[in-house]
Amino acid sequence: MTTTTVASFEIKYHQYLDASGKPAKDLPKFAKDMNTMRELYRDMYKLRVFDAKAYALQRTGKMGTYPASLGQEAIGIGYGDVMTKEDVLIPYYRSTGGLLKHGVTMEEILRYWGGDEEGANYSVAKEDFPICVPIANQIIHASGVAKAIQMRKQKRAVVTEIGEGGTSEGDFYEGVNVAGIWNLGAVFFINNNQWAISVPTDIQTACETYAQKAIAAGVEGIQVDGNDIIAVREVANYALEKARSGGGPTVIEAITYRLCDHTTADDASRYDDPKVKEEAWKNEPLVRLRKYLEDNKAWSDEDEEKMKEEVAKEVEAAVKAYEEAPMPGPEEMFDYLYAELPELTKPQREAAIKRGAK
Amino acid sequence: MAAITLIEAVNAAMAYELEHDQDVVLFGEDVGKNGGVFRATDGLQKKYGKDRVIDTPLAESMIAGLAVGMAAQGMKPIAEMQFMGFIFPAVDQIFCHAARMRHRTRGRITQPLVIRAPFGGGIHAPEHHSESTEALFSHIPGLKVVIPSNPSRAYGLMLAAIRDPDPVIFLEPKRVYRIVKHEVEDNGEEYPLEACFVDREGSDITLISWGAMMHETLQAAEKLAAEGIDAEVIDVATVSPIDMDTILESVEKTGRACIIQEAPKSGSVGSEIAAEIAEKAVLSLLAPIGRVSGYDTVMPYYRLEKQYMPNVDRILDEVRTIMEYK
Repeated sequence: MTTTTVASFEIKYHQYLDASGKPAKDLPKFAKDMNTMRELYRDMYKLRVFDAKAYALQRTGKMGTYPASLGQEAIGIGYGDVMTKEDVLIPYYRSTGGLLKHGVTMEEILRYWGGDEEGANYSVAKEDFPICVPIANQIIHASGVAKAIQMRKQKRAVVTEIGEGGTSEGDFYEGVNVAGIWNLGAVFFINNNQWAISVPTDIQTACETYAQKAIAAGVEGIQVDGNDIIAVREVANYALEKARSGGGPTVIEAITYRLCDHTTADDASRYDDPKVKEEAWKNEPLVRLRKYLEDNKAWSDEDEEKMKEEVAKEVEAAVKAYEEAPMPGPEEMFDYLYAELPELTKPQREAAIKRGAK
Repeated sequence: MAAITLIEAVNAAMAYELEHDQDVVLFGEDVGKNGGVFRATDGLQKKYGKDRVIDTPLAESMIAGLAVGMAAQGMKPIAEMQFMGFIFPAVDQIFCHAARMRHRTRGRITQPLVIRAPFGGGIHAPEHHSESTEALFSHIPGLKVVIPSNPSRAYGLMLAAIRDPDPVIFLEPKRVYRIVKHEVEDNGEEYPLEACFVDREGSDITLISWGAMMHETLQAAEKLAAEGIDAEVIDVATVSPIDMDTILESVEKTGRACIIQEAPKSGSVGSEIAAEIAEKAVLSLLAPIGRVSGYDTVMPYYRLEKQYMPNVDRILDEVRTIMEYK
């Protein structure tokens, strides 16, 4: 028997800042611009405060279930920072960072999780999808949107995000596969936070990396330190530029750790090892970037205090707007279902309005 | 135009829209070079190019999800499911996204898409090739479910489905793809959705059906006429949302109703029509509402297919029973 290797593949891992905030290799140009880095730090911090506030709102009965991004802030903020307003974001339930960076307001996000469809009626990011709750469906939507963009010969990229558990779903492969065949301008971010609710990665896959799932579809797969905002932003920028210029799709596995529960309805202490979590806290993205900024004399305790005050005000204003937002009326169940409500349903609409909340 | 079959009418309608609307794009497995396994898309790729008539990889969820993404960008995708029995992997995308997108974005993103699928039994097909699961889709708010029964309706309703701003599940009764021909003017004129067609006027009983069963229903009506029973025959055509006004008006006139469907009886489109008649026209009824349907079983392999499917005799038997009430 003659045996030859007919194909071989590799997955590259990208990291710029190590856990202590020290550059592991030459930094990209943007990382030397301290204004940009301060802004990214502030964005990640804002997301953390927003998440904490959303948790508090849920715990006090003022909002529904909410999935925080604690420890994973660098992912959404990283790719969101290199998206243009013409690009399209197709989020999943933990894409709050990406949504905020792409212009979706905090008030809108609160309204969505607060049980009002108006929260997905984005005032700025008009073409972005609402959060995809069923797992992995959004991967195919990204390919569909990218196909439309390709047919219209536009230079726009599509970004979508999925948890590592979601890559076990058929839709993940189906969406990436067709993107590969048609060379679509889509970027598929995998937030590998180690947990699909309580199921860890060793139960999820036998793969060494999630990025290599791209290889089966003939698509480039990249692994990145998901706690390193410089690395995330850099690979996102690479993939988005590639997407816009006809270079095709990219799958990016961002490795991070979920330092919070899966959602407000979960209790991670049932399955998460406190020692592992304690270690993960040493590796989280905010402290790392702060160290980098301080090492470059670009951040001080005063800056931190000032930022905290400003962000608190900003988040409080959004919460106030959320709390003061009008309650949807019963007619809103009917008025957006079809372009024109069916005759058969019109009496139901009238009855619902007449009955109100009685 | 020469007389054409139902499947040729589907083809002609799609060709018309491909010609006149650059946003229309057609895709699915085998739809391109092969022209579809039933030839519904025959010649369209050759005429409109590989960019607009696209062979996809074999993945139903992907085909439906692709339509969701493209429609979100304002394109008008027509996606083919090769057989309705294979639509189930796509149900996730259809129910969770196509049906809900307008609602959940308050009209910001809409879904002007069509999902086509040949459906129903009667062609000696293998397992999972003969299902009539229109009720599943009819149950989902936000979808429209359209079933043409003949060539001219296939043409007009397909045009309307493509032009409709909301997602349409377009189910083609494959048993009658080629059994009748109509003179169809290829003039781009659509038929209205959400409208029943009264195919035969009558005064004694209202027969209500759709799709392939319309043929048995009309034959039954002719035989009943010979027995002195004057049946009105309604083709529901859009089984969701249903034009109940036309049905109720007819039942109020005739006082009797019989619903004929190929699908299993329970929880079906026929059940819904019967319930609506019972709610809104019970005082006009002279007899209980009758239903002739497939059985509440799995669609059998084809050796029992004829015993499963309603036929003219079963319709006649049911109507005669209804007519016994004076």
